[in-house]
Amino acid sequence: MIEFVQLLVNGLSLGSIYALIALGYTMVFGILQLINFAHGDVYMLGAFIGMYTSRALNLGEHPSLGALLLVLAVAMAGCAAMGFLIERIAYRPLRKAPRINLLITAVGVSLFLEFAGQLVFGADPKFFPQIFSIESDFSFGELKINPLQVLVFGISIVLMTILQTIIYKTRIGRAMRAASFSHDLASLMGIPTDRVISFTFMLGSALAGAGGVLVGLIYPKIEPLMGSMMGLKAFVAAVLGGIGNVTGAVVGALILGLAESFLVGYGYPTFRDALAFALLILILILKPTGLFGTKRTEKV
Amino acid sequence: MSKPEAKLNGSPHGMKTLWPWIAALAGVIVVHFLVTDRLNPYFFTILMYAGVNATLAVSLNLISGFTGQFSMGHAGFMSVGGYVSAFITTSLAASHPDLINDPNLSPFVFGGVLVVAGLFSAFMGYLVGLPSLRLRGDYLAIVTLGFGEIIRVIVLNVDAIGGARGMPNIPELSSFAWVYGVLVVTLFSVWRLIHSRQGREFLAVREDEIAAEAMGVNTTKAKVRAFATGAFFAGVSGALFAHYLRYLNPQTFDFNRSFEVIIMVVLGGLGSLSGSVVAAIFLTVLKEMLRPLQELTKLDFRMVIYSMLLIVLMLTRPNGIFGTKEITSLFKRGRRSSKGGAT
Repeated sequence: MIEFVQLLVNGLSLGSIYALIALGYTMVFGILQLINFAHGDVYMLGAFIGMYTSRALNLGEHPSLGALLLVLAVAMAGCAAMGFLIERIAYRPLRKAPRINLLITAVGVSLFLEFAGQLVFGADPKFFPQIFSIESDFSFGELKINPLQVLVFGISIVLMTILQTIIYKTRIGRAMRAASFSHDLASLMGIPTDRVISFTFMLGSALAGAGGVLVGLIYPKIEPLMGSMMGLKAFVAAVLGGIGNVTGAVVGALILGLAESFLVGYGYPTFRDALAFALLILILILKPTGLFGTKRTEKV
Repeated sequence: MSKPEAKLNGSPHGMKTLWPWIAALAGVIVVHFLVTDRLNPYFFTILMYAGVNATLAVSLNLISGFTGQFSMGHAGFMSVGGYVSAFITTSLAASHPDLINDPNLSPFVFGGVLVVAGLFSAFMGYLVGLPSLRLRGDYLAIVTLGFGEIIRVIVLNVDAIGGARGMPNIPELSSFAWVYGVLVVTLFSVWRLIHSRQGREFLAVREDEIAAEAMGVNTTKAKVRAFATGAFFAGVSGALFAHYLRYLNPQTFDFNRSFEVIIMVVLGGLGSLSGSVVAAIFLTVLKEMLRPLQELTKLDFRMVIYSMLLIVLMLTRPNGIFGTKEITSLFKRGRRSSKGGAT
């Protein structure tokens, strides 16, 4: 029972990081019908920006909640800028090009970030400084819960609530929803779709950057290739929940995080990376629109 | 991708069009005796890799270039072929050593093994193709990528084929003649296929799936067929690779490998067979030429250059170097325009 709760907590904190990344995938897909393969690598950049910021400001020596929030803010801003640049340089010129070209470009951007990251940061794993720590575990009898995991889960929830508010309560959010319904109609209504798309990329990338910092908190070993598998899994989570659907992405990510945590906990750690893809194939066969997705009829 | 009909002019049926292929096969055999054991082993290795990569690129071009389905798990098919063939030949070498060692028998055995390896891969391609029926472009890309990863994880966990340690002591059965003979056969098969009725279905699916369906093309079947056929040749190339390198490791067939093949196809032109071959040879040589730079700086520039190349290519020349044209159309240009500008 204790092991079960432990795995549950692990799964939820892992799942909430998946969720932060999956949100970026699902928003970009919703608006551009593009799988932004580079998204996972933006998350990697977030972790590295966080690491360099905390090193530069020596935050590792004075761990505090303020330090964490500062690093989080810097990483989110940096990633938003990266997201903007990626969209502007690589994707916008191809807006009218066939989808396969856009997809290939996305793969190219992803690999470029990964391998340029290896050149710039070095290929060996780096240690993420401990910018926030709580001395004792929360313990309930024999059960010990790492407070960092709870914190990660909490911060993710806060960020997702903010996102939800932006999407459903603000002007720009309404513009995003309109543009994802139809670019042409939205621009006829006076919505600057290009700017809205840029904003979507920045929003998604900022969340991925936050995910990068949070993952650095609980798994402090970061490396330039960390984004590729994480990105793919987050994408699977987004598909699981129904791609294009914000709530779905969160639910899918939590399911994936829990499933992985239990798989590893109950003795099949080597199959961990295959699980996400097996789950993906299963969902695509059984219910291709995902748990919360709505079917889009294809028009000629 | 807009003018597939251009190169469909002139039906390639009859013996007349068969002669160039027979000549090419004969040429391969002649060159085989010229280069084997005479060429510097390093150059020979590059030559062999180039041949394997060209076969791989052509097989992916059938899926991506001619049928328009984006596959990111081609290394998975290659690894299925490689492992299946290596498993068969190493077991044979243990139980019936004369089958492998006798120079009169081994070509027949190896030929059979290649076909079996290809069929296994084709079956995998069929399996991957099945869910892909319901999926379009991007989803399919992820599924194929996932498939490649699943294959890799399975191989890692199967002890009979070495698991994470890799599989050593594979008999050396590949040769220049095998590698380039298979390349010619692959080119010939794909060429004939895309000019057949079924091949035209592939092109129709690529151009517009809905329109193709409206014209009575069973798009599902066409896609699965393309996948299985492409996977077959990828499996064969994996078998050739395994029996040249004599060692297999799951890491050889990771995502980067699939990506390399995609770059070859895109660089050469989606829908250009000769483009794939040229790009495969070019990139294989380029990789070796970048090696000194890499040793000098201790940094892996290769993938950075590859990915930059891909982005720049997509932004500036999205159809690749050759587009959908073949190298032969360079020589035919004069003749075609005299016919009344069929292009």
